[in-house]
Amino acid sequence: MPVLEQPSDLLRQFCHGDLDAFEALFREHQSEVYGWIVRIVRDPAAAEDLTVETFWRIHRAHARFDPARSFGPWARRIATNVALDHLKTSRPETELPGDLPSPPLPEPGISEELRRKTARAFGRLPPKLQAAATLALIEEQPYKEIAEALGISTGAVKLRVFRALRLLRKELKQQGIEP
Amino acid sequence: MNEHDQERIEQLLKKSLPPIGTRAGAELRRDLWPAMLKRFEAGPTAVPWFDWALLAIVAAWLVFFPGAIPVLFYHL
Repeated sequence: MPVLEQPSDLLRQFCHGDLDAFEALFREHQSEVYGWIVRIVRDPAAAEDLTVETFWRIHRAHARFDPARSFGPWARRIATNVALDHLKTSRPETELPGDLPSPPLPEPGISEELRRKTARAFGRLPPKLQAAATLALIEEQPYKEIAEALGISTGAVKLRVFRALRLLRKELKQQGIEP
Repeated sequence: MNEHDQERIEQLLKKSLPPIGTRAGAELRRDLWPAMLKRFEAGPTAVPWFDWALLAIVAAWLVFFPGAIPVLFYHL
């Protein structure tokens, strides 16, 4: 593999379709992309596949990338779209995935049944609302970063989070749960 | 929904779904480059014929009912 000394050189070579440059970027950013995706889909196994899919899309779009810009935010934007597509196509009656290495300890003050019903109701929200609420409220990511990743304004993120909470409350009320 | 309701539902959500970002599951456990190479070998995924058919139906629907365009954008 040739030595790619300058990041800008690396990005320029990636733009021209250089596979070595792509591999270097892949190795540098795979953990970050995976970490972002797993926060949205909450499923480590799916997140690995989606990370590969994200880089596949990145590779296909190499000619559209502007080397004057940062690679990370661009990759995160594509990763978000891949994660949203996944949420749209696999609409589970979501609960916490079972294969997490360290399952959460039961929260004091909340019954297992309430936790399960809330998780399920949350999993039924429209993917865009679910992703915004997951990143903002559960993962506590900065609104600015979420907005960049979703390609919308911070105001629009706040609106999605509010709509997600309102829908969740409505859903829980229908199940006879008064939060 | 008032601010108090919002706060309560937010707390319930946080208690029901703890953050994954701070747990071991958020860390990549293996190098994905070999999987990436396999993806290269597999090539682009072909779009199934019924996806094209669905697209045609939606396009026709929008031509005949342009008022449905905002609804479509809302759900996308």
